[in-house]
Amino acid sequence: MERDDIIEYSLDAHHSEEAGKKIRRKIWLVTAILTVITAFEVAVGAMVHQDNPYWWVVKLLFIGLTLLKAGYIVLVFMHLGDERKVLKYCILVPYFIFVIYLIFIALTEANAVHQAWETYGG
Amino acid sequence: MAGHATTHVDAATAWSGKVSPFNVSYGKLMMWFFLVSDALTFGGLLVAYGYTRHTTQAAWPIGEETFDSLPFLGHGYPLMYVALMTFILIVSSVTMVLAVEAGHRMDKKGVMKWMIATIIGGFFFLGSQAWEWSHFIHGSHFGSVEILSGEHTGSRAIVKGHFGDLESFTVVQAGKHHKVGDVIKETPDELFHHFRTAVMNGQVKDGKITLHDGSVATWKKHHDEHMELIIKTDGNEHSLPKVTKIHGKDAEVKYWESVNSGKKGAIIYGADLQSNEYGPSQYGQFFFFITGFHGFHVFSGVMINILIFLGVSRGTYHKRGHYEMVEKTGLYWHFVDLVWVFVFTFFYLV
Repeated sequence: MERDDIIEYSLDAHHSEEAGKKIRRKIWLVTAILTVITAFEVAVGAMVHQDNPYWWVVKLLFIGLTLLKAGYIVLVFMHLGDERKVLKYCILVPYFIFVIYLIFIALTEANAVHQAWETYGG
Repeated sequence: MAGHATTHVDAATAWSGKVSPFNVSYGKLMMWFFLVSDALTFGGLLVAYGYTRHTTQAAWPIGEETFDSLPFLGHGYPLMYVALMTFILIVSSVTMVLAVEAGHRMDKKGVMKWMIATIIGGFFFLGSQAWEWSHFIHGSHFGSVEILSGEHTGSRAIVKGHFGDLESFTVVQAGKHHKVGDVIKETPDELFHHFRTAVMNGQVKDGKITLHDGSVATWKKHHDEHMELIIKTDGNEHSLPKVTKIHGKDAEVKYWESVNSGKKGAIIYGADLQSNEYGPSQYGQFFFFITGFHGFHVFSGVMINILIFLGVSRGTYHKRGHYEMVEKTGLYWHFVDLVWVFVFTFFYLV
């Protein structure tokens, strides 16, 4: 009997020379964007220090830029942007729901523990 | 074996249910499932890091202070090296996506070229990480110091400045290999290695060092320059530490008092799983675990890339009619890059 789980086939596995040119242009553009963002992050990190009263702004900026970079990697390099919408959301939505919840609950708990140590701890 | 199926299978008959869920192949969907679970693992690790950092009562180290060195150039380049590592990994991700693109055009030579570039990039990243680990483990020439007298007694300070080179040891009490009066001259680095070991074992006391053969010696060294002791204590909810600095003569007196105390653990050099000179012990533990776990992913990624490269060069995928295997390993490789982007931000930047 033929096993269907090991038969190799592929959908959307080919494109023309012309389409390739377009795709390559996009790849190099994303490369430039990712490089510029990283350079910018390091420059800001070197200039603004953590004792700056506006450090929290920088922190949020870093997190935003990280998500932007992650978006480019996942949607362009990993081609998730080109897959069917239903696949895209099946992967991203449950992950985000879980991780946002985890971050929220862990940091809330951590701050409470920190407070408790400060108040009662040795 | 998968490699033997060379006929193109119609998409409609692809899965046993006679449909192809999400319009992707079985292998690609399973790769995505794996990546989601792996992303949860890394998400969990980084959240655990955040949890620890928010609970701890000690001041947490700052990335740009801990990681400020470049190979051959020394200190004073905050985060440059990690930025370089990030760049290397981004570039290798780009070469991988170019390999996938070449595969879509059935351009075997193109796939091979870009996969070689990706593998080289992966090795470069692994090499960089090895250097970074070595640097982190060995630490600075000063280490961190426990202050033993005065108003800051019991506090631990990180030490900045330039450690004056050791010139020689003069034996004052004979051991197995050395007689009284022997002058041991080696390179400053070799002498420092003996010195560091002795300090860690509590074998430096009142200006005398006990060497590994049991002989006791005095040392001669150049003067330290610009020494500064920085004491950090737990700060506010934004984990900004309160900082106290001790400069000049005062710093030198306090530092060398601790070195000469013969107290084990008064000086901590570099990092291991018990303690580190940069901050709380958990900081070093998370550094080793998270960057180590990521590095292991990079290593397996390189190995998988090499296997697939061999498949490409033997024409396995060309015969099959498509290069989806390259695309699937590409997914894994990009994922490794993706994780590094988050490690870079949460471990080094903020």
